[in-house]
Amino acid sequence: MKKTLLAMTLVLGSLGTVHWATADEGEREHGLLSLLGYGQDVDPVANATYKEECGSCHFAYQPGLLPERSWQGIMTGLKDHFGDNAELEQPVRDQISQYLVANAADHSATGRSPGIAKALTTEGAPLRITETAYFRRKHHEVPERMVKENPQVKSFSQCQTCHTKAESGSFDEHQVEIPGFGGRHH
Amino acid sequence: MKRRLILISLTALSGAPVLAAGTGFNAPEGKVLWGRTGQEGRLCADCHGSELKAPGKHVKTGKRIEAMAPSVNPGRLADLKKVEKWFKRNCEWTWGRECTAQEKGHLLAWLSQQ
Repeated sequence: MKKTLLAMTLVLGSLGTVHWATADEGEREHGLLSLLGYGQDVDPVANATYKEECGSCHFAYQPGLLPERSWQGIMTGLKDHFGDNAELEQPVRDQISQYLVANAADHSATGRSPGIAKALTTEGAPLRITETAYFRRKHHEVPERMVKENPQVKSFSQCQTCHTKAESGSFDEHQVEIPGFGGRHH
Repeated sequence: MKRRLILISLTALSGAPVLAAGTGFNAPEGKVLWGRTGQEGRLCADCHGSELKAPGKHVKTGKRIEAMAPSVNPGRLADLKKVEKWFKRNCEWTWGRECTAQEKGHLLAWLSQQ
């Protein structure tokens, strides 16, 4: 009996935490769903080749952060990849393209992916996540001094610098810690 | 042993005469190449850092790059395919062209001692 009570307290305690952490977000299903692992913002990277080939140089952006046509644009232009040559051997490139396309924002039902895809329907296919309408909307209130002018951050493109759980596919604003500025309430 | 094998394989791949392990490549030469300035003033150290036993940082994205020295990072230089892949990408970025087999041999001779 004592054990059951303890277990119940623990469950209630965690539910309370989750509820607090996501109270002001109206776009996703939260609470119990998050606890069960369904509250992911985007699916985490699940392809070892992609992680190795792309994640060696930069944050391995989850495929659910961009729609299919953006990934296709990126993968056919690797010779000039934002100013760098990032060409891959054909079989490797094809394998990575297939993974990115199959799990792109417009093919994923997870968390924020449908919202990202929806916000793009009237736009072209931005190659930069930071140029998507969804990204701009979510970051417009972040002042330049915290990112571009912050020597510890420098750019919006390094998600994991501030989003402490970015690698696991979680971009909740309550997990944000901006180097030199701390969490969002500071 | 594995590293020595890579040196031999590289020589074989390049079509140059297969030399006895170690011959023809020398570490001091590799050190000079490592420090040679490439296109737009680029250096190997821009990303790998000046201390080979410490992790580096991608000059553009800030992504951590594990240490180059096999003495602290045993996985380094242990996979021929990876070594060739990164030589191709990084020589092009740094020097604006692929490295020759001779240059790769010298660089490996030096790096494998670290």
